[in-house]
Amino acid sequence: MKTKLKTSTFVTIMVIAIIVALYTLAPFFLVCINVLKNANGIVADPVSLAGASFQQLMTNLSNVVNNSNFSFWYAFGTSALITILSLILLALFGGMAAWVICRNKTVWSNVIYMVFIASMIIPFQVVMLPLISTFRDVGNFVGISMLQSIPGIVFAYCGFGGAMTVFILTGMVKTVPYDLEEAASIDGCSYEGIYFRIIFPLLRPSVVTVTILNGMWIWNDYLLPSLMLGQNGKVKTLPVAVQAFVGSYVKQWDLILTAALLAMIPMIIIFLIAQRQIMSGMVEGAVK
Amino acid sequence: MDSPNPMKKALSLLFLIAGVACLGWSLAMDCAGGGQLYQYRGAVLIIGIIGFFAGLYLFPTMTHHRDIVNVIFLFPLLFTFGVTVIIPLVLGIFYSMTDWTGIRYTQFVGLANYAQMFREVSFLWSLLITVLFVVFNMVLVNLVGFALALLCTSRLKGVGFFRAAYFLPNLIGGIVLGYVWQFVFNNVLVKVTGASLLTKTPSAFAAIIIVYIWQYAGYIMLIYVNGLVTVPGDVLEAAAIDGANAFTTLLRIKIPMIASTITICTFLTLTSAFKQFDVNMALTNGTGSVMDFMGQYLSNGTQMLALNIYNTAISKNSYALGQAKAVLFFIILACVSLVQVRISNSKEVEL
Repeated sequence: MKTKLKTSTFVTIMVIAIIVALYTLAPFFLVCINVLKNANGIVADPVSLAGASFQQLMTNLSNVVNNSNFSFWYAFGTSALITILSLILLALFGGMAAWVICRNKTVWSNVIYMVFIASMIIPFQVVMLPLISTFRDVGNFVGISMLQSIPGIVFAYCGFGGAMTVFILTGMVKTVPYDLEEAASIDGCSYEGIYFRIIFPLLRPSVVTVTILNGMWIWNDYLLPSLMLGQNGKVKTLPVAVQAFVGSYVKQWDLILTAALLAMIPMIIIFLIAQRQIMSGMVEGAVK
Repeated sequence: MDSPNPMKKALSLLFLIAGVACLGWSLAMDCAGGGQLYQYRGAVLIIGIIGFFAGLYLFPTMTHHRDIVNVIFLFPLLFTFGVTVIIPLVLGIFYSMTDWTGIRYTQFVGLANYAQMFREVSFLWSLLITVLFVVFNMVLVNLVGFALALLCTSRLKGVGFFRAAYFLPNLIGGIVLGYVWQFVFNNVLVKVTGASLLTKTPSAFAAIIIVYIWQYAGYIMLIYVNGLVTVPGDVLEAAAIDGANAFTTLLRIKIPMIASTITICTFLTLTSAFKQFDVNMALTNGTGSVMDFMGQYLSNGTQMLALNIYNTAISKNSYALGQAKAVLFFIILACVSLVQVRISNSKEVEL
């Protein structure tokens, strides 16, 4: 039996925990109360609920959602589409590559694996400028628009997320016993069938981890979409739209905070649904 | 698949030929330019690639089927990876030694860009504050994260809620929370601090650190919690029986036992603080005056390295110089990572 805590110690710990929680949640709280007010009310007293009303929230929301500089639904849809497509492709291609790398012990598979691992230290800043010019030139040459297009950005995310995805999934493939594949092969399963019918379903826990890590990164990423799509291009992701919106409404806090709230809500909802998976996924990604 | 039937063979050959034909045709259009179907050359190229791989997949061979599948499975990721990471990296290192303008270059200038960036006082300032920022963050985020982890592994009521509350800031993108905090500093905390923290360079720098701890400590806490729960209960019990108080237990047992977690967290905070961009951009956009640094007046008081690179290339349009700075940035990060690998390897030997 563990020693029982003294009441005073327990109270101290609780008080500290609550104070820290208040600190971490305070900005969210401030956003939530201030979207209920108009611009003057926010500047006059940002901490209290004075002047807050539900109608004002509706006014703020409609001002922001229908704003042509922000076009929330369009940006939200673009972000969602890019994130979902990238995640599906990364899980599929990443799993395929991880399996091939893991099951073929040749010099080539080792080299490919090592290059993937080594590439994880490459910061985005060192490739971003040539990336844009390469995409522009290649796109013009072959006639596929790579910049200002959703397929182009999904392609880039597959490239950048590939290394980490392969790294984590290879670790998982290693734990799948080879006997399983041999048995399937004897029962007449084709080589590619082994992957899709046996390996991929078994990779599920790691695929979830990888999807969470990549998803958080892609959804919140600002630099890559802002460079590829342009600040004022037609296609915008949510972070790019927020940045462009704030740039055109300096200090109009009623609009800015409402936009921020709209940008935060999807992530918070997903977090409330899949809290445990997200937290353990983030930890696993770091520890490996 | 086992017996090569003629139907399949014909189909495979058809796909292969059609695929190669499409590839050749689109390439011809790329090079020749013009023509009626010029605008469809991208679609033709994609159809060609798909056709080629379909033909390859259906190719009736038993001895090479495995190899073909291997290639098809590896191709998508390797191709995207090569085009988005390897080619730009090689080009980038090359461009950093030319007078590249973002579109073309005219001459090779050797290390002139590198020499120039070290003569630029504002860049040296960025380098200096980035190092300061990294050091401050590494220490503070780890201390706060570790303290929170101890808090969350003590017998606390509602641990789940507190963990989630501490982790929550990590979910929000840097741009959005940068603006939220700009509001907090300029409109809420200003009532306590008198003038907004963001107006003076040193306090704005502190503000970025505060926001960064707020965003990152919860994540580091989770990793420490993960390490702390692996410390076996019987060891702690033995320590308690031997009369160790909470502080001794922490210092003599818990910390040595999670040494590898500490290494992970240290380097995680180090590299992420080093790459810091979004919060920096949204919170201060690098502004802040510095009266006298190496005899010059600077207006980029809070501009970290990543933002400096971005502004050099995009705002000031000096792509080659920006690229040279980025290569230096890469070299520093690579050295840090090598040190990390060294340290974690030597730790593993010890255990």
